[in-house]
Amino acid sequence: MPFMPVKFNLQKRVKLAQGLWMIYWLSVIVGILLFSLGIFFKIELRKRSEMMDNNESHLVPNLLILVGLLACGVNAFGGKVCHDSLDPIKFAKWKPMLKPFLLLCCGFNALLLLTALLCFLMQFAVYLTLAEGLKNSIKFYKDTDTPGRCFMKRTLDLTQIEFRCCGNNNFRDWFEVQWISNRYLDMSNDLVKDRVLSNVEGKYLMDSVPFSCCNPGSPRPCIQHHLTNNSAHYDYDHRIEELNIWTRGCREALFSYFSSMMTSIGVLIIATIILESVDMAGLKYLTTALETMEDPENPECESDGWLLEKGVKETFGDLLAKLKTLGKTNQVVEGGDAPEAAN
Amino acid sequence: MAVLRLKFTKNERDKLAQVLWILNWISVLTGILLFSLGLFLKVEINKRGELMAERDIQYVPNMLIAVGLIACAINFLGGKICYDCVDTNKFLRWKLIMLPYIICTFFFTFCVLVGALMCYSMRGELEESLNLGLTEAIRFYKDTDTPGRCFLKRTVDMLQMEFHCCGNNGYKDWFQIQWISNRYLDMSQKEVVDRLRSNVEGKYLMSGVPFSCCNLNSPRPCIQQHVTNNSAHFNYEHQTEALNLWMRGCREALLEYYTHIMQSIGLTVLLTWLFELSVLTGVRYLQTSLENVLRQGDLNSESDGWLLENSFMETARTNLNIIKCLGKGNQIDTANNGDPNINVPSTSKAHYGPDNVPLKEIPEAS
Repeated sequence: MPFMPVKFNLQKRVKLAQGLWMIYWLSVIVGILLFSLGIFFKIELRKRSEMMDNNESHLVPNLLILVGLLACGVNAFGGKVCHDSLDPIKFAKWKPMLKPFLLLCCGFNALLLLTALLCFLMQFAVYLTLAEGLKNSIKFYKDTDTPGRCFMKRTLDLTQIEFRCCGNNNFRDWFEVQWISNRYLDMSNDLVKDRVLSNVEGKYLMDSVPFSCCNPGSPRPCIQHHLTNNSAHYDYDHRIEELNIWTRGCREALFSYFSSMMTSIGVLIIATIILESVDMAGLKYLTTALETMEDPENPECESDGWLLEKGVKETFGDLLAKLKTLGKTNQVVEGGDAPEAAN
Repeated sequence: MAVLRLKFTKNERDKLAQVLWILNWISVLTGILLFSLGLFLKVEINKRGELMAERDIQYVPNMLIAVGLIACAINFLGGKICYDCVDTNKFLRWKLIMLPYIICTFFFTFCVLVGALMCYSMRGELEESLNLGLTEAIRFYKDTDTPGRCFLKRTVDMLQMEFHCCGNNGYKDWFQIQWISNRYLDMSQKEVVDRLRSNVEGKYLMSGVPFSCCNLNSPRPCIQQHVTNNSAHFNYEHQTEALNLWMRGCREALLEYYTHIMQSIGLTVLLTWLFELSVLTGVRYLQTSLENVLRQGDLNSESDGWLLENSFMETARTNLNIIKCLGKGNQIDTANNGDPNINVPSTSKAHYGPDNVPLKEIPEAS
């Protein structure tokens, strides 16, 4: 009893072949889309790699690029098979390759499923990398003379301006770090000396933030220094002032950006899985319909198409039996050994 | 003596018609391209509308949009005509329209050329508009409580951060105006009152710039206040410090940006003009060769195609005469003092039927 049989006459077969050809080319375009999304994601990770300590994992974009290329290849081959399927001579060429091709498609779908899972799970890794990386970026903001960290200041300023955020969790992260290099501090000044001596690690700490934390939407000119000191500025209360500097932390801002990107890519991959399954089902129907034609010379005859030759349970039973026999051929048959040993 | 005469066999005529059909469709695409370039320019100008004073610069994108739409329509019609020209029966449908179509398209290509040249001429007006607009914007930077100017501060800050510029000509423009609103100045402090009294107009002027002028590439934290006072900061000399603030003026930055856009658009429009002209030449050859074939009678024979039937001078003379006669037809004949109702005896011989016997006069009833 075949699984989900459908009767096909010539018209239906032709329609199926044409429709399937178009769907396969649509899948090729989706494959190209996946490939370009992988490249885009890779470039974005590279752009912000300084914020992540150059430590970020490129597994997801690399996998996306691979999957995109595979999708293009597999679907282009499927399209070619469909195009040739109505011509019996050309189709005979492709017939022996079809079973391995369908198995390959199954494997490819499993790979797509894995990629989608990774898209959703790797977001945690991105979050942790960002937290660690931003902490270090803020620490090394002042080291514009250290080779390898010259551009940390520029990158962090650009990130804060672009993503409208300040600091790691919020702007108070800047209060805990010396972000003005000693090169620009007048050590002969008493005030400076007092401030440096006032904490254990000898850091010049102050309640100020860099200019890139400033919010352009604020109605008053930006207050960067003495942020927690209400009396230092006229008509200023730091507890209710929200528009002066960005209140969001950069970790949250960057994470929401990457997370939305990864979620949309994951959703697209799930849609691709569904599309590929439709492709596989269509191809199986087409090939079985062409194979079961009673009179191969007469194209007008009817034929049956199905998804599985036997029912689902029977097919699984057969598969398991096959796997068992595969395993058994590797084992040495015990009966045959003993007589040999006796000899 | 025809201008640029060429011989066309039947095959060549058919091929020419097919090629022209494809080229006309490509021209429709270039028409769409012109339209979208005009739209893009319009959007870009409107985006920074707050920073430009009232000047008539909208005519350039409007012209490009109009030209793009007309080009689409003309080339669509041209494609249809060329498609039908392969079949001589269908050509008869279009025979009368083709010559006016070619003349209209020829004058239209002049419009395309004018559009391209306008792109390059817009620069002067744009510079003046930006100059006035930016001066006003900097003056009203502090007026975040005045309706209609609430967002000018935000616009100017975003402009300076995006285009890496400061002030109109340079950062010193900020020293000449008060950019901190009086709402945030403590009038009870002596220093503030002194500063306000120190100039004629009572403005709070200082050698400081807004945060958006800060240069990202500077190795040291941004120095915004007391920019010209070397002793106010450690190890600082404002004459040699080039990385602290953006050195370029915003007018120059915006002008360069728009000039770059308009040069690219102008170049594209010029290329489109050349393409249109070549397609038009092909259509003219097709038209003249098909008309000659019809005149000869044998549809499969060779025929001549040309750009102008007589030489350039003769064609110009003939056309001028036609225009003069058209003019004369509208003029009143001055022989009868301008009165058309006077009966002028006919000078030609009358023809009185097959016997040529004049009519007898009918006797009057007594």
